[in-house]
Parts: sequence; structure tokens; C-alpha cells
Amino acid sequence: MPPDLTVAEARRAAGEPPILRFDRRERTLHWVNATLFGILMLTGAALYAGPISTLVGNREVVRTVHVYSGLLLPVPLLLAVLGRRGTRLRTDLGRLNRWSHDDARWFRRRHRDEVALGKFNPGQKLNAAFIAGAIVVMLGTGSIMKWFDLFPLSWRTGATFAHDWFAFGIWVAVLGHIAFALRDGDALDSMLNGSVPAAWARKKAPLWYEELRSPPSS
Amino acid sequence: MVDDPVPSERPDIGEAADVGGAPVGRRVFLGLVGVGAAGVLLGSQAQDWLERVVGPLISKDGTGLASLLPVGRFRIYTVTGDLPSRSHADWSLKVGGLVDNPFELSYDELVAMPPTNLTRDFQCVTGWRVPDVEWRGVQLSRLLDRAGVQPEAKALRLHSFDGAYTESLTLAQARRDDVIAAYRFEGDALSDEHGGPVRLYVAPMYGYKSLKWLDRIELTNEVEEGYWEVRGYDVDGWVGRSNGRDDDAT
Repeated sequence: MPPDLTVAEARRAAGEPPILRFDRRERTLHWVNATLFGILMLTGAALYAGPISTLVGNREVVRTVHVYSGLLLPVPLLLAVLGRRGTRLRTDLGRLNRWSHDDARWFRRRHRDEVALGKFNPGQKLNAAFIAGAIVVMLGTGSIMKWFDLFPLSWRTGATFAHDWFAFGIWVAVLGHIAFALRDGDALDSMLNGSVPAAWARKKAPLWYEELRSPPSS
Repeated sequence: MVDDPVPSERPDIGEAADVGGAPVGRRVFLGLVGVGAAGVLLGSQAQDWLERVVGPLISKDGTGLASLLPVGRFRIYTVTGDLPSRSHADWSLKVGGLVDNPFELSYDELVAMPPTNLTRDFQCVTGWRVPDVEWRGVQLSRLLDRAGVQPEAKALRLHSFDGAYTESLTLAQARRDDVIAAYRFEGDALSDEHGGPVRLYVAPMYGYKSLKWLDRIELTNEVEEGYWEVRGYDVDGWVGRSNGRDDDAT
């Protein structure tokens, strides 16, 4: 139980049913995406770092897996986002996109407790925007590296340059994402099973919690 | 628009209370795409700068962590879809064209010839530079002497067993003592990635002149442009004096 709930609040929260945080489509997309990212990061490391290349060998196979996983990456994303049943996903992407006036202050630790959060915290919003941008950049630069003879020669160098540095950023973002997820069991559980305890939402996403308690009338 | 019913314990669709605010996510996304595009267009200059400024620092780093950075490291380029590979037993070098004694040499026969060791920087025309690379091989001039070059021969055309990569050298360039058919690299047998079993190593020129996966040397009466020259690189690829670049000589 989060320590800063009053006893009354805790009792009330404990009596409430869990809240659906991610529906099946969102969870499936997340894990399909995570699997592709994992494959891309590991095969990418094997192509990039000499010692790992030597250990893994089969450069041709590794490169083929890397290229086709990369080309496949946007497919589940687009299917899920554009699909007829993607309403919740699209709503959540809208939430990730919009930053309140307070969100930027959240990054400074001493202001953190003053900021009322919605469904996603600013760290998650930043991670989502970074990953979305990185997917486009990696897909574009990777395509230039693969089909280099269609482009000016200097683009191959430039694409390699951008691909390398964004890859470093992706490793940092993904490892950070995993570390934060492992520190919050309820949040991690909701990516597996869908729901969070009401008390979690009340503490970690109070604006979202309020919104669910009093849904806006249409 | 009618939404599908969502199997939810609680309503969570429609206008979300926390959906107000500025679209910062979109700005970050578009900004990153812009940074990526700038990286493609300007990355080759940025890479040059990094090699010059950061490269020397990295070679002094004792932890080895800096060696992970995309500076001062080899890039593996192939011109065909797959990585060419040939075992020592299956490999041979053919020397022919305008020579008196065309011959074919096995890997063991090449290695048995008097070796030449070179430790020089490797500079790619795309900007990356690897300091102090150790090579061992056989001087091309020894192979040419063995073949007996005819007077009308003016140049070499070199073929890779990948079936696509070719290179050229003038006879004078090929006879330099720092131009070798290399079979050892950093103390090991030359790997497939680096152009093994045997590649050309033309120390004073950009990396593209050092043809990988060497298969055949043909003496010709004029220079024929190689794979990369047809695509815009200079035929005489001296480091620092060609391709519009001013790198330090290797």
C-alpha cells in the first residue's frame, strides 16, 4: 500500500475494483514491439561491436534478421493505431502527446510532488516521443544504409552516423524504461494483465483517477 | 464516428481530462526526425570532425569503454547482398593479363613468400579512421616480378571473388613497397568481414582502394575504373590529396 494514503483513503481504495490501464490490443502491441526492439538491439550490437561480432559470427544471417525486423517494425504499430479497434490506443497516444504546463517541472525532483499527473508521467511521455522519432530515423537511415547506391555517397556516411548515435539513445531509453518498470510492480503487471489497483491510479495518476470517477458528460 | 464497445471495467474513452495542454510529444517527435535528417545530410562532416578531435582521445582511453563509441573503428561495407567468404583451402590468387607467366597461387604458397609488415592508420573516404592497424602480406611487386609484366602493361585491374568489387592501380602505384596482398590483420588471420582470406592493402590511399576478398589480378594497358570510381570516387585515391578531403596522410 502506498504509504502516503490516509487510512480512510486506503480503505476506500482497497474496496474499489481494479482499473483497466491497457487493453488487450495495447498490451499485444507493446510486447510485439518489445520483441522486435529486443531483436533489433541485439542484432544491431552484434553488427556494430567487434567482440560481439566475433562471438556471434554469421554476419550475413545477423544482418538479414536485423534488416527485416527493422522493416517489419512499423507494421504492427500502424495496424494497431489505424485499426478499427484502436480507440483506446489512440486516446492514450493523445495523452502521451499533450504536456500540461506543469509537466516540464516534474523533471526537477524538488517540484515532483507538486505536479498532479494524468495517466502518463512526463518521463513516459518523453520516452514515447523519443521512441516514435527514433523509429522513423532508424527506419530511414537504415534504408539508406541498405540501399546506399540509390543515394549520394555522403548520405551513406551520414546515415551511418545518425543510425549509430540514435542507437545509443535507444539503448539508454529502453534500459531506462525497463529499470523503471521493474521498480513499479503494479505498473508492470498492468502491461501483462491490463489492470492496476485503484490505489495505484489514485497515487500515481490522480488526474486520470479523477477523470474515471467522474467521466465527462457528452 | 461510433466507437466499438471497449471491454473495460471502467469507462476510459472519449475526452480524457488530461488530454489538454501543448502537443509537446509531436514537437519532440518532429524535432528528432529533423535531427535524423540533418544527421544524414551533415553526418559525413560531423564524422570527420569527431575522428579528428575525439579519435586521438579514444586511443588514450584505458578503460576500453570509449572503444564502443562510433569513432576510430572499422565499418564493414560489402557491395553485394551477402558477406563473401572463402576458406584458405578453396582460395587461390590468379595473376594474368599482359604478363609472360600467368600463374595461380594457393594461400599456403602466398604465405610462404617473404612477408612485409606494415603498421599504418586506415582512413576511409567516408570519414572514419582507425589508428595503427597492423598488417602482414606480400608486396604486390613480388607477385608482378614473378608474373613477368609485359612492356605494354600500364595498370592493374583487381577483382574480388564477391563478383562485383573491382579496383585499379597504375603499375607505378602497385610497385610501391607499401602496397601488399594482405593475409594477416591485427595479429590474426584476416577475417571475412575485413576482406579475408587475402585482400589488397594500399597504405597511402583511402580504404576503397584496398580491395577486399582478392581473387584475381589482371595486367592491362590502361587504367580501368573500379567499382567505387564508377560511382564517383577518385581513381588516384591518395589520402589527403583526393576526393576533396584533407585528412592527414596515412
